[in-house]
Amino acid sequence: MKFTDFAYEVKEGLGISFQAIRANKMRSVLTTLGIVIGIVSVTLMGTAIEGMSRSFNEMISKIGADVLFVQKFSWFSSQEDFFASRNRKNIDLKQFKAVRDQGSTIAAVSPMTGTRVPIKYRSLSSDGIILIGVNEQYIQVGGLNIEMGRFFSQAESNGDRPVAVLGYTIAEKLFPSETPLGKNVKVGAHSFRVVGVVSKQGSFLGMDMDNRVYVPITNFLQKFSNNRRGMDIHVKAANINDLENTKEELRGILRKVRGVKPGVKDDFAINQQEMFIQTFNQIGGVIAAIGLFITALSLFVGAIGIMNIMFVSVTERTKEIGIRKAIGARRSTILLQFLIESAALSLIGGIIGIIISYPLSLLINQILPTSMPISVVAIAILISLVVGVVSGFLPANRASKMDPVEALRHE
Amino acid sequence: MQPVINIKNVKKTYIMGTVEVNALVDVSIRIQKNEYVAIMGPSGSGKSTLMNVIGCLDTPTSGLYEFNGVNVGDMNDNELAKIRNKDIGFVFQTFNLLARSDALHNVELPLIYSGMKKTDRKVRAEEALGHVRLEDRMHHKPNELSGGQRQRVAIARALVTNPSIILADEPTGNLDSKTGVEIMGLFNDLHAQGNTIILVTHEEDIARHAHRIIRVRDGLIEKDFMVEDRVLPGVNV
Repeated sequence: MKFTDFAYEVKEGLGISFQAIRANKMRSVLTTLGIVIGIVSVTLMGTAIEGMSRSFNEMISKIGADVLFVQKFSWFSSQEDFFASRNRKNIDLKQFKAVRDQGSTIAAVSPMTGTRVPIKYRSLSSDGIILIGVNEQYIQVGGLNIEMGRFFSQAESNGDRPVAVLGYTIAEKLFPSETPLGKNVKVGAHSFRVVGVVSKQGSFLGMDMDNRVYVPITNFLQKFSNNRRGMDIHVKAANINDLENTKEELRGILRKVRGVKPGVKDDFAINQQEMFIQTFNQIGGVIAAIGLFITALSLFVGAIGIMNIMFVSVTERTKEIGIRKAIGARRSTILLQFLIESAALSLIGGIIGIIISYPLSLLINQILPTSMPISVVAIAILISLVVGVVSGFLPANRASKMDPVEALRHE
Repeated sequence: MQPVINIKNVKKTYIMGTVEVNALVDVSIRIQKNEYVAIMGPSGSGKSTLMNVIGCLDTPTSGLYEFNGVNVGDMNDNELAKIRNKDIGFVFQTFNLLARSDALHNVELPLIYSGMKKTDRKVRAEEALGHVRLEDRMHHKPNELSGGQRQRVAIARALVTNPSIILADEPTGNLDSKTGVEIMGLFNDLHAQGNTIILVTHEEDIARHAHRIIRVRDGLIEKDFMVEDRVLPGVNV
């Protein structure tokens, strides 16, 4: 078949399709509705999955990719491990110092511990703040940005000075109309001078990161010494491409300082961002697959609807098929005609579906940071086209194979 | 001269459930270019089957069918479709126009299937409609036309590809007698212009418009003779 012939047949097929669709408006609308629902649910699911993954990536980026967390427990350990490891020794300042002094592949290191205390400035107070004890290097390790003032210095940190750096929302709450810098706030029973405010960070795993107050760890340990759970050591590696080396170095230092005998397993854990990503990819992948599968089912139901109506259409138009064959339509011509018709029905459904999905995706955007990706739009259009062609194939094939004599006799 | 249609010892057998029906037992016909032939026979005689075979809608079970010297029995579906498209113009008792398309599009359809360019086929279709004197009804749909007009659209559709034969199956069966006479006049004109016409009918009056009558009965040719007292259409449209 020449290309021009094909083009004429496609054009003729399109004309016939739109005639047929218009001639059976109600039926076409109902059939298309199945595809509309299918495409809406699939695109929204795709959008939600995209949003989940994007919000995860945003969140995870707050844990620097090059930061290692020396902790008592592994982030993702099984129940069994937890019971086996709960009698582990706490991590203390001595171990932190060993890391600080011996680590050679380290850019910055800070101990970190925290507790929940109330904070007060004159008549304004806030209850559920997290007081964090760190050293001056935490500004690098934690990736903090300073909104105003400064982070506390090494001298302040080493000299146990009662200075504090406020999280963004605390600063807003306690100092609605004046600068917090240089003011004394009451943390628990103790007074601290504010030297800086951290820029807005948002939340991580549901924790409000702006609801924190940072003070020198030595000061923290003296004044809030009820600290049975010890501390963590946050380490920023010198070279992100050499993370494994840094990890090995830390292991060596900690095994030594914690007195772990050779051949015995580590009694501490070195956690990193990577573990989050792996776990998320596993869980997120499963959720995405299940979600898409379930929504794809509704698209499948829509496809069955199209197939059903196309069978009806073919039967109704038996006579027309006979006429067309008598005046020279080939099998392929008839096949193409009905394929175009079902593809057109489905494609219209797909396009309407996308038009409906778009405002709904804006609603999802209220919860998840997402927008309907152009790839989802393209895939949805492609899917609806494929669905139309596939579900139209059996009816179209039946039409194309009709015996012209029988078809002409049909009333 | 090579006949347009050369049918030799053609047999057509249908299986209806478990029964074999011999619709055509042994039929041989030769039809030359520019003949005007009527195939006659009562219902069940096999004349419809013969028409389907001649029209390449159906292939014989055995025997030879040559169309313009080419063996139709060897053709596949696409080749048969091509012959129907280019070389055979069908005119049916029930007109068989596409209800949702206007007269012009109905006439254009065979040209679409033969892959003709849009501008060319419009010219050709308008010409054919002019030929049946319907140039002022081109954009009417079949349900906006009278029976006679519909049949004339169908004849224009049959003519438009300039076919080797025009195959008309009871073309006046659904028309009143006055309109029927008009349509037969049209066939007469077409024949006079050099077309080959094969008319299938069970009406003696209609058949006697032709130059030659082939009577079919029980799947056999009963009689094949030239008409001496041709009916000439009294009304010339």
